[in-house]
Amino acid sequence: MKFQYDRDTCNGCMLCPSVCNFGAIEKDGDKVKFDMNKCVYCGSCEEICPVDAIHIERRTFDKSKLLEYHNVWVFCETNQGRLRSVALELATEGRALADALGEKLVAVIIGHEIEHHADTLIHQGADKVIIVDDKMFADYTTDAYTIAMTSLIAPRKPSIVLFGATGNGRDLAPRVAARMGVGCTADCTGLEIDDERQLVQTRPAFGGNVIAEIITPARRPQISTVRPNVFKPSEPDTSRTGEVEKVDIKISPVQVRTRVLEKVSEVVEGMKSVEEADIIVCSGRGIKDPANLALPKQLADLLDAAVGGSRPIVDLGWLPPTQQVGQSGRTVCPKLYFALGISGQIQHLAGMSSSDLIVAINKDPEAPIFSSSDFGIVGDIFTILPELISEIKKVLDAR
Amino acid sequence: MKIVVPIKQVPEVSEVRMNEETGTLIRDGVPSIMNPFDELAVEAAIQLKEAHGGEVTIITMGPPQAKDVLLKALAMGGDRAVHLTDVAFAGADTWATAFTLSEYIRKMDFDLVICGKQAIDGDTAQVGPELAELLGVPQICYVRKIEISEDEKHITAHRETDEGYEVVKAKLPALLTATKGLNEPRLPNIMGIMKAKQKPFEEVNAETLGTELQLLGLDGSPTVVRKVYPPEKKKGGIIVDGEDTAAAVKQLVEFLTKKGAI
Ligand SMILES: Cc1cc2nc3c(=O)[nH]c(=O)nc-3n(C[C@H](O)[C@H](O)[C@H](O)COP(=O)(O)OP(=O)(O)OC[C@H]3O[C@@H](n4cnc5c(N)ncnc54)[C@H](O)[C@@H]3O)c2cc1C
Ligand code: SF4
Ligand code: SF4
Repeated sequence: MKFQYDRDTCNGCMLCPSVCNFGAIEKDGDKVKFDMNKCVYCGSCEEICPVDAIHIERRTFDKSKLLEYHNVWVFCETNQGRLRSVALELATEGRALADALGEKLVAVIIGHEIEHHADTLIHQGADKVIIVDDKMFADYTTDAYTIAMTSLIAPRKPSIVLFGATGNGRDLAPRVAARMGVGCTADCTGLEIDDERQLVQTRPAFGGNVIAEIITPARRPQISTVRPNVFKPSEPDTSRTGEVEKVDIKISPVQVRTRVLEKVSEVVEGMKSVEEADIIVCSGRGIKDPANLALPKQLADLLDAAVGGSRPIVDLGWLPPTQQVGQSGRTVCPKLYFALGISGQIQHLAGMSSSDLIVAINKDPEAPIFSSSDFGIVGDIFTILPELISEIKKVLDAR
Repeated sequence: MKIVVPIKQVPEVSEVRMNEETGTLIRDGVPSIMNPFDELAVEAAIQLKEAHGGEVTIITMGPPQAKDVLLKALAMGGDRAVHLTDVAFAGADTWATAFTLSEYIRKMDFDLVICGKQAIDGDTAQVGPELAELLGVPQICYVRKIEISEDEKHITAHRETDEGYEVVKAKLPALLTATKGLNEPRLPNIMGIMKAKQKPFEEVNAETLGTELQLLGLDGSPTVVRKVYPPEKKKGGIIVDGEDTAAAVKQLVEFLTKKGAI
């Protein structure tokens, strides 16, 4: 049995049931009992038990192989030749990890006609940029990009590879990981190097209700996807220099088993992407009528912000699906988030609760959004917004 | 068409409450449901079968109680169910989950595997791509629309992207992950529920799967969850009454300026 509970050693302190998020520990007389059909082996009870009555037996590994792996890699995604903003965030965070390890930061760009981004990434902290440029990579396809990434990784042996948790990043990273037989941690919001020089990956799960700390003890590279907008890009240092390596990877069309026939943009002209915006003005059911969206749009224009909507608003077709924030829409992490007439259902919170500052305006004082907000106004958005817009205008004009 | 649908039983996350004292999740009384994205996958498979004929196999890896979601999928119209269940599978990460599923599925003759985009508990969206790799088939993730070619050898799907969607064509066999907008899953009716109990139902354990124990469950998992804890609660959030609009707005603007947010 991998999970051992020593009932004789247990002193019945009842600490362990209070740390189990999976309802697997119950009081049993003056001690406890475990329901192994519910346990996910998260180790929280093992850690808290003061008398070591709980032991999870984990496989031990030969770690000598791990020493062959060095350097932190960041996969810098491009979209139609443009570097996605998450690439700069990854480079910034990757720099910090590389410094903690005393290793190099390598940025990888795959695409077509993307060479000019190398300088940007060096200024952002990369010691080296690997460029794979070919027209086979002009459009993202899982097969072509997986072949490129795995053939770069295999001989060069990086110890960490980070991807942005974008649609394509979350399609690619697990596929690369599975091909290499290594683990993958999804949608991380925190990364750190521990005493054993391993990557500690922090990520929300259960729609943001719990935070998990995940490590990859025995296999390299350690692969994670990183939630966009969590790490803020540092100021570029234009005096930095670095190495650029161009790698020729030839892929024949038969190796790419999917073909992109058409790309359809649902981005409405002039509508900023919620995933890349620093400020989001998001409306919920409380907006009542599509015509009323003019108000949040006005606020958004003023602040150079993106306009977002909760699920009901998008389902009604009042905003395009690209603007939906929440579990079934986009996950966002802006510096400032306005929740206007949004009640704050858990599915919505899952998509935005890690925003730096949350401002909620809602008529209902009981709305759950208020318990997640930094500043809440209990009131009518239609009277408050116009006033807010004119006040912010004054502040901005005075600058 | 032979279609396989891997599904997962998950807690109804929206009903999970927090124990304010300990900060842990309260599971008592929280219903277990079929992962909502998997309902889309089951529905899509049944619709394809209705249009093209064939067989829909529903498969899950999970504890004994996960049988409930298999029965639901059969009641919706699945043809047969496979329950991979064994303590040896417990504690699996996404790789070990995908591997265990692939150990069964690769021995089958299939044209299409349809997963959900993501499970609402683990929230990783990784099992689909990992399973596709282990089965050696192409993947199309976040699918909103499916069309099968006339010769039933190709699939064309609308794949959601960060900017909108792309139309992607692949040769079968392939793996898709289903996302919102693909369809409206049907509710099982009484007839369906009664028939479900008569449909083929196979239980498979580690031994019958015939896989090395080292590669399963906790032992087979490259990633290890070291700790799970509640998120930091936002404390001391300011809440003001909007009755006096001007005062409330003034306070908010001051707050935002002080925080450097505007
Ligand atoms: C708090 C926490 C955090 C975790 N984080 C990670 C992590 O970052 N990386 C990692 O590798 N593991 C992680 N795990 C383990 C992971 O949750 C489990 O492996 C889980 O069984 C599958 O992952 P998921 O729920 O995210 O499914 P997803 O990958 O989101 O599921 C996608 C689809 O795969 C299919 N599917 C998923 N599970 C099953 C199943 N058991 N049977 C049949 N079909 C299935 C369904 O079609 C589903 O819609 C974590 C576990 C916990 C408790
Ligand atoms: S290992 Fe985690 S899930 Fe299992 S009983 Fe302990 S605290 Fe609960
Ligand atoms: S924490 Fe340890 S000693 Fe306390 S009840 Fe749990 S098993 Fe027993």
